[in-house]
Amino acid sequence: MDDLSINFAGIKAPNPFWLASAPPTNSGYQVMKAFDQGWGGAVWKTLGVPVINVSSRYGGLNYRDTRMMGFNNIELITDRPLKDNLKEIEEVKKYFPDHAVIASLMVESREEWHQIVRDVENAGADGLELNFGCPHGMCERGMGSAVGQEPEVLKTIVSWVKEVAKTPVIVKLTPNITDITEPGLAAVEGGGDAISLINTIQSLVGVDIDNFVSYPNVGGESTNGGYCGPAVKPIALNMLKNCAQHSGINIPISGIGGIENWKDAVEHILLGASSVQVCTAVMHYGFGIIREMTSGLERYMDNKGFNTINDMVGKALPNIKTWENLNLNHKVTANINADKCIECQLCYTACEDGAHQAIGLQKDVSRVPYVIEENCVGCNLCSLVCPVEGCITMERKDDGKEVVTWSDKTIKGTAPETFNDERAGGIGHYVPEPKDALNKNR
Amino acid sequence: MSEFVRPKSKEEFALNFAQIKPPMNDTEAFYESSRCLFCYDAPCVNACPTEIDIPLFIRQINTKNTEGAAKTIYESNYLGNTCGKVCPTEVLCEGACVFNNQNVKPIEIGRLQSFASSNAIMGNKKLFELGNPNGKKVAIIGAGPAGVSCACELSREGFEVDIYEAKSQSSGLVMHGVAPYKITNEVVMHEMSYLEKQFGYKVIYNNIIDSRDKIKALENNYDAIFLGVGLGKTNRIGLNGENLENVFGAVEFIEKLKLQHEEVTIGKKVIVLGGGNTAMDVASECARMGSDSVKLFYRGDKTKMSAYEFEYDLAKGVGVKGVFNAVPLEILEEGGILKGVRFANTTNKSKKVPESEFTEECDMVIMATGQSKMVNFFSLINNLELDKKNRIKVNDRFQTTNEKYFAAGDAMNGGVEVVNAVAEAKMAAQGIKKYLLKVKA
Repeated sequence: MDDLSINFAGIKAPNPFWLASAPPTNSGYQVMKAFDQGWGGAVWKTLGVPVINVSSRYGGLNYRDTRMMGFNNIELITDRPLKDNLKEIEEVKKYFPDHAVIASLMVESREEWHQIVRDVENAGADGLELNFGCPHGMCERGMGSAVGQEPEVLKTIVSWVKEVAKTPVIVKLTPNITDITEPGLAAVEGGGDAISLINTIQSLVGVDIDNFVSYPNVGGESTNGGYCGPAVKPIALNMLKNCAQHSGINIPISGIGGIENWKDAVEHILLGASSVQVCTAVMHYGFGIIREMTSGLERYMDNKGFNTINDMVGKALPNIKTWENLNLNHKVTANINADKCIECQLCYTACEDGAHQAIGLQKDVSRVPYVIEENCVGCNLCSLVCPVEGCITMERKDDGKEVVTWSDKTIKGTAPETFNDERAGGIGHYVPEPKDALNKNR
Repeated sequence: MSEFVRPKSKEEFALNFAQIKPPMNDTEAFYESSRCLFCYDAPCVNACPTEIDIPLFIRQINTKNTEGAAKTIYESNYLGNTCGKVCPTEVLCEGACVFNNQNVKPIEIGRLQSFASSNAIMGNKKLFELGNPNGKKVAIIGAGPAGVSCACELSREGFEVDIYEAKSQSSGLVMHGVAPYKITNEVVMHEMSYLEKQFGYKVIYNNIIDSRDKIKALENNYDAIFLGVGLGKTNRIGLNGENLENVFGAVEFIEKLKLQHEEVTIGKKVIVLGGGNTAMDVASECARMGSDSVKLFYRGDKTKMSAYEFEYDLAKGVGVKGVFNAVPLEILEEGGILKGVRFANTTNKSKKVPESEFTEECDMVIMATGQSKMVNFFSLINNLELDKKNRIKVNDRFQTTNEKYFAAGDAMNGGVEVVNAVAEAKMAAQGIKKYLLKVKA
């Protein structure tokens, strides 16, 4: 049996699946229910300065019949009294002493930070998460992402917290910044014990085209909110990788952003996360999704021979390089498996209109397209649009003997230097005459 | 045998003849349209005689541009809703859907098509602007799918169009011949009146063209005449007893069932003769009308039947029993009352097997032995040549050997699908335009 338990910067939990600070952790009732169903930890809905919330609060981004590919909210931090939250934290810890309860915090002054840290630690919180990420409502008041975007301010506040904190301090970062490693480093310098990322991305999720207002609609008006859900995973993964690969950021990272199933979680872990946080998926499907997540993670660990979560943290990082260190000699071309082809010709039209005109049709013979090897640059597009898994595969064509990178070429002086330099790759590629494009049907 | 009881009310009839392609609601249409892959050079389009841009209208439905979807459909096929319901989509668009290649359920194109087109019909959406009047008048004989399709296209081109219809409703066989579980009369009528209103052509009902004088009058009053007369009565095959009471032609039987089902009496034991789609329909209809036993006899091997496999499956599904390699020899009577049919077995090459005769008792026989051609009518028109099968001969513009006449649909193609008639008649209208307006080909 695999050991899913973790020790994240000193915070212990039976598994790496935590609820992110958000509506699902708004109350003791919800957190207890989640723990009861198998969640390993919960970051409490942010406690702090008083707020008032609006109605409505959320907007969804759908893709055809798939609901909530992306999700946007304009809700603020908790609007429940601090004393109620503290009482409930205490009660949850009584029932679940071995689960991680982390208090997310957002206040303004040094005194307020000191006070609230003491309050939540007295209530039994196992750790603290400083909310420097919220990109709407709070940032206008100088908190949330307004802090996350100012590394010096962030560092100062972390150090205030560290003055009194007895439990580990996690600094939650905002993605609404050019280089996430700057606040990441500031968190380290301020004495933070860990970072978590990403918070939501500032967004307008869509526009009501009948009423000329964006979503969510608050009495005919709206405002920008924070974006999350499956659609943000790629952004989160990249920022996670940036922090995890940074030599100055040597503290644990909790991965957040688009995690809906075990595979998403594994991806975060392989890029350096040692715990993961989930919100949108729970808001969509409820706490029950944890069953699929733990089962999938266990199966994966069994198959790969990982005994603990730590065995897999950051496993993919060594293979993620800067572009100039990729092998320019590596060559793949598409291969269409005729047995699996359903003859939709999406690969043809995608390559024809969106890539390199490297797929042809056998007019009047068969609807199965063929690859024009010499035109194929190995871009993957055809295999991505193909609706049948495993029908279009990318086959390796180089001998793999020699690795040549842009860096190598720059050093050796063999990289193309002028605009018409023949050493650039594209010169040998077949491109049809512009006028051949006219009068093509559909 | 039957799970069906003889329907005694309109509601019970509707229940027994429940629609096999029921209307989709918004949610169903949304989810179904989401599945479409938007194929390149889509096989569904190539399989449609009217070449509707199916991936486009499905995408329009998916993006809530339902009116745009209806326009895409009607642009190619004026009987959009009817065809969505009565087309053999299993062997046309849906049969060609690429999902079939991986055993994934094909997109329900027919039902999506009806979803969009009925939305336009029920909302009385104006989708087309009519062309400026060009001063030319065209008479159309027959308000069936061919005639109506031709009328719509001509009206859009600015022609003045009058349709002469022998019966009291338009749509031809759709109303009078298509099985009631494929489309209801109400739905047919809605589309017919929508089209009439949309395109402004005139239909003169209960006006049969059956004499040289009437033909002359049309020739004098119109610049061109389109023949969309379809087919005639059920063929008689020369069996003894064909004229007995309770021996019916399939087309006549179905027409009565569709218009006055409460007056149709059904035998307890019904024999249907034939192996075409009409035979399947009529057998199925008898079963749904509460007959105890419906047997379908076909002279050849099962695989030789001209009916689509799914049509036979539909009949089997309601309890019809198929008997193959059996050729009828005579219809038996006793004191003028139908008693049964005497058959002989045949080999796969349709040769009679010696001493294989047998008798099947019944109290009703329906002959689904094909429809006759309207040769008497054709003889009223000068120089109208027919082919060997008595189909009207036309050139590639659907012009007959009498240059004033054009023809399409069953009278010209011998009897195919509604969608074929619609497609041909639209092209025939373009032929008429070229002929009358001297437009270069």
